Parts: sequence; C-alpha cells; structure tokens
Amino acid sequence: MEEILAGLAHALRLIFSGDPALYEIIWLTLQVTGVALGLAILLGVPCGAALGLYRVRTRGLITVLLYTGMGLPPVVVGLFVYLILSRSGPLGTLSWLFTPYAMIVAQVIIAFPLTAGLTMTAVQGVDPALRLQARALGATGAQEVWTILTEARIGVVAAIVAAFGGIISEVGAVMLVGGNIEGKTRVLTTAIVLNTRTGDFDLAIALGLILLAIAFIINGGMLFLQRNALE
Amino acid sequence: MRLGIGEVLGMSSLYALEKLHKVYDGRAVLAVDTLQVREGEMLALVGPSGTGKSTLLRLMNFLEAPTSGTLHYRAQDVTASAPLELRREVTTVFQRPLLLRGSVADNIAFGLRLRSAPVNGNVAHMLRRVGLANMAAAPARKLSGGEMQRVALARALVIEPRVLLLDEPTANLDPYNVSLIEDIVREQNKTRGVTVIVVTHNVFQAKRLAHRVGLLLNGQLVEIAETAAFFDSPQDPRTAAFARGEMVY
Repeated sequence: MEEILAGLAHALRLIFSGDPALYEIIWLTLQVTGVALGLAILLGVPCGAALGLYRVRTRGLITVLLYTGMGLPPVVVGLFVYLILSRSGPLGTLSWLFTPYAMIVAQVIIAFPLTAGLTMTAVQGVDPALRLQARALGATGAQEVWTILTEARIGVVAAIVAAFGGIISEVGAVMLVGGNIEGKTRVLTTAIVLNTRTGDFDLAIALGLILLAIAFIINGGMLFLQRNALE
Repeated sequence: MRLGIGEVLGMSSLYALEKLHKVYDGRAVLAVDTLQVREGEMLALVGPSGTGKSTLLRLMNFLEAPTSGTLHYRAQDVTASAPLELRREVTTVFQRPLLLRGSVADNIAFGLRLRSAPVNGNVAHMLRRVGLANMAAAPARKLSGGEMQRVALARALVIEPRVLLLDEPTANLDPYNVSLIEDIVREQNKTRGVTVIVVTHNVFQAKRLAHRVGLLLNGQLVEIAETAAFFDSPQDPRTAAFARGEMVY
C-alpha cells in the first residue's frame, strides 16, 4: 500500500516537475496511439460498414477471422511485424523496425479487427428497413451508408473505445517492434515494464497512473460522444 | 411504325407497367400484366396480405428492380434503375413509421438535408400541418404510434414529391389519426396534384380516398376500375366478393 501511495505522490511530482523525458514519453504515446487509432478507424469502420451492409459471399469466413483477430495475442502480432520489417523480411527496405512506424503498424493490426468487427455488428443491428426508407426519401448510396452509420453510432463509438483500449494498453508488440529505445520508441507501457524490471516501482506506478489518467480522459470524451448520440 | 410506350400513353400517364414480374428465391410474388397510373390520381391497391402489393410499391419507388417486364415512369424506361432526379420525385410512407434517432424536427428534415434544401421554414410548416408543432424537439421514437406515423407522413411530404406511395399507412391507428392522415393526403392531392398510390386491405379506406381501385390477388391485378364502378359493378366475381367484405385469397 505504501508503495502505491508513494507512486501516487511520485506521479504528481513528475507531472508537475516538467520533466522533459516524461513529457516525451507521454507525447510519443499519444502520437502513436492517435495515429494507430486513426488508421484503425479509417480502415476498420468502412470495412465493417461494408460487411454489415452488403451481401458478401465470404462474410461468414471474414467474420470468424475478425473475431479471431479480436483475441489475437499482441506478441504474436509483434513477432509477425518484426519478421516482416526485419532487414531480411519482405518490407525490410523500409527500415521501420525499432521506429514508431513499426509500433503503429503493429497496433493497427491489433485494433483493426476491433473497429471492423464491432462496426459490422453495430451496423447489422440497425433495422434494414431504415435503409430502404432512406433510399425511398432520396438518399444516394453514400447517403444511405452514412445514415446507417449514424444510426449505429453508439456501437461504432463502442468499437472505437475498444480499439483505443487495445492500443493504449498494448505492450508486447510495441516492445518487440519498437525496442523501447529511450527518446525514440519508449512509450508509457514499455517504460512501465522497464521500471518494474529495474525495481523502480515508484516510477512504474507513477507512469501507470498517468496512463490510466490519459485513458480515463479520452474514454470520458468518447462516453460524452456516445451520450450525445443517445439523445 | 411502332410507337414508343410514352407516345402510346400520352403525357398524362405517369407510370406504365408491362408484364412486370418479381420473383424471390424462385417464388413468383408479382405478375402484373399491365398497369397505368395517371398523373394526379389517387389509386388504391387492395387485396389480402401477401398478394404482392408492397412489392409493387417498392418497384414503383425504384427501390428494387423487377425480375422481368418493363417499368416506365414519365415516359422513361426505369426498369433497371431510375436516375436520382426521378427517384427523388417519388417517396414511400411504410406501414411502420421507420423513424431515425433524433428529434421529430430532425426526422422531418431528413429528406431536405439529403437534397441540401432549406430546412427551417419547411419543417415548421409541416409540423403545424400534422399537428405536431409543439413537439419539434421531442425524441421521435418516443411518440405514440399515430404521432410517429404523422411524422413519417410529414417527412415524406416536406420534400414535395410528385408521387406519394403509401403502404398500409394507417394500419393499427385510431380513427382520429386515420382521419387526420387521410385529410392531409387528400389535401396534397387536391392542392399540389400529388399522385397518390395507397396500398391497403381496408376497402373503406380505398372507397374514401381513391379515384380508382385495383384488386391484387396472388400477385396478379385482377381488376382495376373507377372507385364507384369497382364497388358497384365489379366485372370479376373475386372483386365483387372482396368488395362485399368476403374472405378472398
């Protein structure tokens, strides 16, 4: 208990100390999370909407793959991305290994099944007759899709929340492909692992509390969006 | 010389259907030999449930393509698909109001927003017309059944359609709402010349509203005639039986 309290005090001191190393870690965490989440939304939401709206012959197989992807072990994703981006791998010439790019790639792979699969489920939950009604009122194809996504927005926001949670808490894959290099690829989760391993529990707890605070603020914002959608 | 269907029908024919068939999963649900709908008329399509009435409306709203046959609208062949500007002349009010999330005003404005048309004045006017002026901000899905159907009707009328298709619009509604909806539909037909095609299994509603009535049975148009003739001197015994309120199927 004392360690936790000490960690809390340390966290507050750290936050207000203006420690540039800490802000660098927070900033990189937000950047990697933000870009990965943005890409997962850009790829996953339209894909999920298409699967939910249109008859796709292989939808059953795709659904199983997406649901499997939701439970994909991050270290397996990390290993896969590592092999792809390593010097001898097919994308080795990009030299992305041990850079934030590799971390983003891994996190998009982890988050994509969540955004696509949960969006698909949300869209499938909308009364199909509403789509017909939108068309009967003169909606173009794109307007129809937008109408259904708007109707399913509570579920779509839930998909984004789940993806955000998956990304920001992820450690195995980013550790593997980012390498936890100070000033370059160190994010909050990998910094927590490092400080726990070196016995610096105060700092590890402090970083954990900061991570929780970020997650709390962002999830609070998304909950606000969801409530607005309900009204 | 063979004339085009538009020339044969003249400009007063809004719809012309020829040998129109619709098959779902190998089951024929509609087989209309010929049907012409005049601009500005109120046509009622009656018949028991499951005889293809709603399918016919979906084809006439260009929501689905027929399996075979031809569909002309305003002398244009729209069998396979209709261009957006023609699609936007026709709308349907379904039996279920099918309202979107959001307020009553949001729902009524939906079609206007799709067209990037001005919203405020039009919606306010329509809210007054359907007797919901004080409920503009209310959540649409929390209204009573009759109020929801009035919202659905207002949403359809605010876009000023040339053709209004009504699919059992007053089924399960109380007499007050039935009367209000019928009055509005009648008024739109008289003042704006809106062509109305109403699908109903209620012969009394068909009698009250329509200029012409058609009976659909097993997907086929058994008879179509002016309302008085349809009820007073039907040509087909099945029409006579239906008009008498007997069980016909």
